Amino acid sequence: MSLLGIAVLVLGFVLRANPLLIVVTAALVTGLAAAWTPGADAGTLADAAVATLASFGKAFHTNRYVSVVWLVLAAIGTLERLGLQERARTAIAHVHAATVGRLLAVYFVLRQATSAVGLTSLGGHAQMVRPLVAPMAEGAAEAKYGPLPDAVRHRIRAHCAAADNIALFFGEDIFIAIASILLIKGFLEQSGIIVEPFALSRWAIPTAVVALVVHVGRLWLFDRRLQRTLGVKEDAK
Amino acid sequence: MIALPHIYVLGGIFFAATAWFSGRDAANPHRLRAAGFWALLALSFLAGDRLGDLGNGVLVVALAVLATLGLGKGGAATSTVEERRASALRHGDKLFLVALVIPTTALLGTLAAKHTHWGAKLVDPAQATLVSLVLGVIFALAVVALWLRPRFERVDASGARRADPLVPLREGARLVGTVGWAAILPQMLASLGVVLLAAGVGKQVGLLFSEHLALDTRFAAVTAYCVGMAFFTVLMGNAFAAFPVMTAAVGLPVVVQRLGGDPAAVCAIGMLSGFCGTLLTPMAANFNIVPANLLDLPDRDAPVNSVIRTQAPTAFVLLAANILLMYALAFL
Repeated sequence: MSLLGIAVLVLGFVLRANPLLIVVTAALVTGLAAAWTPGADAGTLADAAVATLASFGKAFHTNRYVSVVWLVLAAIGTLERLGLQERARTAIAHVHAATVGRLLAVYFVLRQATSAVGLTSLGGHAQMVRPLVAPMAEGAAEAKYGPLPDAVRHRIRAHCAAADNIALFFGEDIFIAIASILLIKGFLEQSGIIVEPFALSRWAIPTAVVALVVHVGRLWLFDRRLQRTLGVKEDAK
Repeated sequence: MIALPHIYVLGGIFFAATAWFSGRDAANPHRLRAAGFWALLALSFLAGDRLGDLGNGVLVVALAVLATLGLGKGGAATSTVEERRASALRHGDKLFLVALVIPTTALLGTLAAKHTHWGAKLVDPAQATLVSLVLGVIFALAVVALWLRPRFERVDASGARRADPLVPLREGARLVGTVGWAAILPQMLASLGVVLLAAGVGKQVGLLFSEHLALDTRFAAVTAYCVGMAFFTVLMGNAFAAFPVMTAAVGLPVVVQRLGGDPAAVCAIGMLSGFCGTLLTPMAANFNIVPANLLDLPDRDAPVNSVIRTQAPTAFVLLAANILLMYALAFL
């Protein structure tokens, strides 16, 4: 019965409901389902709903540190107003070897390498991708191909976000003191299995190498596709 | 010592300012809903301790309802493209240096808090990165004011130009408005995890797997565990939430204990399989919805937006790679 909450998550996905609403509903349904018995009366279920709502509220309050990171936008927004994105765009336009794929490949390697030594906060969508990486990638493409069609511009931006995510996910677990490694260690300890963080983190290296090869390869293909679709105009000039 | 309670006050002020500015944004037809949403979040940060558990629960429901109704799209005034170009020329690479102040402070603050006595007195070591990140924001704004010395102005109601000291809050509010309700989805999912754990969902999933799947061979068990990790991560938006469920259900009892897999390799690669799921789900708002909003992608409200579509080929290849790697490495 307690799996009804999971069913709500699936159903919410299919119905394309707002994720916040899905999550709250899933929590309430899970609480109600756990309390439900064939003989349960309305009062018991109402109590269970109130108890679930209270425990969800308590958890939300305790976890509010998760949302503190948005304070970063006060500084990023101020720098944007001062022209940070425009500066990034012109700076990259002067580097003639720069292409979207090469730029993102370099960012991917840097992001993965810094994450692998624990420096995960050096990147991120609010701190790096929006103010710097995306304007640079667009600037590199503009310097090469001139004004970009919107569809291409959006595809480039999506690639910037993807490079940041993939490099982070498949870099951070190589570091021994990252949350996921500590979570695994704690979980195994509860089951009576003692592992050292290093024993865990070294198993992240093979996947990290595959991720690097696969994604940099895809960025190279993306460059070729840009050249194929936009390069014609350049030749005509 | 600077610790989370101080940061929460700053967060509360920031979200209250967001509520104020978005409520006055005439370009947004749903500005009142937006103002209500951010005001409730500010209330949670500033006075959540006094609301009680049930009060906080009701607040969360109200946030979800407002988000479902729609917060609208703001059109807050900021500098024009020409002003930005001129400013970029004037300040040049100094802008990059100021941008680097934030991560540098976050890094040095974290290291100092964890490894030095004076650092631990200044910054709470338990939440070192978060506190240092916020300190970095304050330093960066101070550097802007003292080094770049920009003249921030706005036109007031009578048409006169006035100095505008609230620019950081105004610009921050503009960007938080761009992120929208997705800003609190991670906090919501963390809370859902608490409720699911309390209801014993992990054990139920384990029963489901053991009753319906014949996991007799190494390859079948490894595949079920890795694909299950990815699938539950897609649903829960977070590999950390999926890990205890799937590892208690399949990873530990079947792959490790019955078939003799090495627990370190199985768990480490299992977690990475979950990360493949993170690349594929709109529930992972931080990674997949927030950038779509911040980069103004036209399909940002679609369940499978272009960030997810761009990540999908790499995610599927890596999931297959993880299955093969676990099969090859866990039974050495």
